[in-house]
Amino acid sequence: MHSKLLFLILLLLLPLAHAEQAVIAKDDPVLEKRVMDLSAHLRCLVCQNQTIADSNAELAVDLKNQVREKLRQGQSEQEILDYMVKRYGEFVLFSPLVKSTTWLLWFGPLLLLVVGLGVLFIILRQRRKMMQQAPALSADEHARAASLLSGKESEGHS
Amino acid sequence: MNRFLLPLGVFIVLVIFLWIGLTLNPREVPSPLINKIAPTFRLPQLHNADKTIGPEDLRGKVWVLNVWASWCVTCRQEHPLLVELGRQNLVPIYGLNYKDNRDDGLALLKTSGDPYVLSAYDREGNVGIDWGVYGVPETFVIDKSGLIRHKFIGALTPELIQNKLIPLVKELNGA
Repeated sequence: MHSKLLFLILLLLLPLAHAEQAVIAKDDPVLEKRVMDLSAHLRCLVCQNQTIADSNAELAVDLKNQVREKLRQGQSEQEILDYMVKRYGEFVLFSPLVKSTTWLLWFGPLLLLVVGLGVLFIILRQRRKMMQQAPALSADEHARAASLLSGKESEGHS
Repeated sequence: MNRFLLPLGVFIVLVIFLWIGLTLNPREVPSPLINKIAPTFRLPQLHNADKTIGPEDLRGKVWVLNVWASWCVTCRQEHPLLVELGRQNLVPIYGLNYKDNRDDGLALLKTSGDPYVLSAYDREGNVGIDWGVYGVPETFVIDKSGLIRHKFIGALTPELIQNKLIPLVKELNGA
């Protein structure tokens, strides 16, 4: 019983063993928050679709250090983003800028939705028209349909 | 029949786009520094920590900056090509020893040959970031006015050197 309890407690403590690795600037949590916020806007170029905030790749760690260094020097968030764009290109920004070459990227999904709704609307209207144009059944045909549905009359072929 | 043409057309366009996408290399990010002034730096030399080197020292000549490190396997593959290129005396090759241990870097040059006129020693990798380096090796060609004219990402190959690097250097030298 005791050993089980001890095991559980140790299990719960396990994350702490790792926590130490991530400690960078515990002395200044405000700065660290700004570093991480800004890092979430910067793409890790050696990873696939990750920000440098999410990545522990060496380059990502270096870039985070640069961000931290520059924030410490009093540079603004925008200045640092500009610096990164100048070195690594706009691709380094995790969300692409909204400009004429990226309009399709930003608004393409919306465009597809509009087109899809349009197509749906047209198809529904055509269908309604077809229903209206369908010839009315005679009483005889109605009776046959009813018996077919109730399964009394078998079809000529199966 | 006709009703299948539109979906088929959309499908074919989609396939073409995806096909093109497959041939692109997502790791190759074009550098915005092309045709811009090379970022300045002043770093200690690898062989002699008391002396420094910077791009200003090389104004007026066409030169090549190769970013390398002893821990980088691809650099070691590329290394004999650089030694060979250095031997041809077509263009001075300078090294940027990136995030390396000084002794390891020197040891590599001793055993595999030293193609570099000089190597700058970038222990922290800050100059690398300034130059937009995101992986080693990378190779820059800088012209007489100090503009970066080309960047090779990844290892050079004999084809790249023959078909791209050497013609570019000759063109920049006005030969």
